[in-house]
Amino acid sequence: MSTRRQSIQGFLFALPAIAFLLVFLVYPTIWTIILSFNTGKGLQFAKWIGFRNYTDLFTRDHQFIDLTHFPPSGAVFNNVLWVILNTGLCVGLGLVIAVLADRIRYERIVKAVIFLPMAIAATAVAVIWLFVYSPSAQIGLLNAMLTTIAPGFQPQAWTGQTDTVNYAVIIANVWAQTGFAMVVLSAALKGIPAEILEAARVDGANELGIFRRITLPMLSLPISVVTVTLIVWVIKVFDIIYIMTSGGPAGASRVIAYTMFVETFEGGNAGYGSAVAVIMLLLTIPIMLINIRRFRSERVTR
Amino acid sequence: MTVHVAQPENGAAPAGPVRREGSQWLALLVGRGGLHLAIVALTLIWLVPTVGLLVTSFRPKGDILASGWWTVLAQPNFTWGNYTEVINTQGMGRAFLNSLAITVPATLLPVLVAALAAFAFAWIPFPGRNGIFLGIIALLVIPIQMTFVPVLQILNPLGLTRSYIGIWLAHTAFGLPFAIFLLRNFFILLPADLLEAARLDGASNLRIFFRIVLPLSVPALASLTIFQFLGVWNDLLMALVFIQDPEARPLTTAISGLLSTYGTEWNLLSAGAFLLMVVPLIVFFSLQRYFVQGLLAGSVK
Repeated sequence: MSTRRQSIQGFLFALPAIAFLLVFLVYPTIWTIILSFNTGKGLQFAKWIGFRNYTDLFTRDHQFIDLTHFPPSGAVFNNVLWVILNTGLCVGLGLVIAVLADRIRYERIVKAVIFLPMAIAATAVAVIWLFVYSPSAQIGLLNAMLTTIAPGFQPQAWTGQTDTVNYAVIIANVWAQTGFAMVVLSAALKGIPAEILEAARVDGANELGIFRRITLPMLSLPISVVTVTLIVWVIKVFDIIYIMTSGGPAGASRVIAYTMFVETFEGGNAGYGSAVAVIMLLLTIPIMLINIRRFRSERVTR
Repeated sequence: MTVHVAQPENGAAPAGPVRREGSQWLALLVGRGGLHLAIVALTLIWLVPTVGLLVTSFRPKGDILASGWWTVLAQPNFTWGNYTEVINTQGMGRAFLNSLAITVPATLLPVLVAALAAFAFAWIPFPGRNGIFLGIIALLVIPIQMTFVPVLQILNPLGLTRSYIGIWLAHTAFGLPFAIFLLRNFFILLPADLLEAARLDGASNLRIFFRIVLPLSVPALASLTIFQFLGVWNDLLMALVFIQDPEARPLTTAISGLLSTYGTEWNLLSAGAFLLMVVPLIVFFSLQRYFVQGLLAGSVK
């Protein structure tokens, strides 16, 4: 077959994908960037307002970011809280479970149980944990346990109070995503040559020393990959918050992705929502670049 | 000193009881019993919330309000009533079928389109090929939120948000960059000799694709299919945006609707949540190996 015919065929094989991506990804992205400089009322181009959506977001929208008091609040700050707590707890717990489970015979069962929530929808995770957090000590396991352990404890509406709501939702999400960190780190743990560990033991190193001096350094790459992946997930977190709290109470559990949805589809401010989407894009780009480069250079996950 | 002296039997014994005493930090801290205690406690924390909701989904409404699910063994009283109610009167049966009708095409279409493109990117040189491939990889960074309003502007005038077609197209497009990336990286590792030989024998590209490339790539295709299937099945956000006909809504948005209509009616919510969970759980238990691989590969997304 001639090179020319090969070239045409090659292009034709890729064409459906290219067409899909141009129509549903590339063109919309450009459109949304442009719309972010418009009011976008009625999901249309309406009135051009320059950077006002962006300046409003950072200076006037106290549900987006509020630096007037300490600790700061708003969607951006909540996302920061999510990045620190969700990522830290998932990686930490995932590592602990991977290391502990490595030492027991029923490892497979334990890992399957911890990993199981990764399979189910965030919507289902949200319902499961709303039930755990139910304000009634007759219904909610958490309040029932606390009232039993500490007599006189008043049942709390964990997802209905501004000071507990973010932690409650983050813990539910940690429950859902720790399995991911555990599986990646466990696979990496098995990849550490037994000879190295044995040699260290023969030389008299204790297990804590081995963990700190050998295991942890050898896991640094998979740990950073897991961390970066979890941060990307956090920037996009939406479903679990939409179901558990609808961003409430009083906007206390809003995050960036939630703001985008509410402003666009409930507030009708598509321009404002587009500006939020652009901010999400800008936050994602550097993190994804790190991840893709790592993924291409090292096949850490298998 | 050789390493082998210190090694337990065949080196395969992972952890188990073959351990030197005195050097084990866990042993120092809490002892072997402590290790098992910690593991069992963690496992229970991960299991109990789901079990609680499962038990609740089989309890009559009055019982749910009167006593905690953990007391159920004292007075066992179970019913299928919650399931029949959500399926028949709350439209969850319909929503389950909608979830299937959305998910199956929105899984197969992107996998097929991506496989065709990935084959070209791996094995059929054409001008601009590498540039286009890199451009597609770059699209991985785009959050789906960037596309909602303009894609609605495309779909709405055509009436496609009042059927499944709009969400099929949207899921296909959003799934493609990762799917192409994954499959191209797999296809390129296939033995070149085999493909060249087929080409010399006069096999067409289409024939090579269906007879050689796809059969040799079953593991990658299976992982990708499962990954995409669960992603679409479990999706709430895209369904909220792209399904505007209440009759066409999937389980995720139907549960969201239950919550906003009735508040926390646990008999309905628990049964609805398990209808949503049952398919992923079946996939998980039957295809765990591919499932884990798919998720790990998908971690770049």
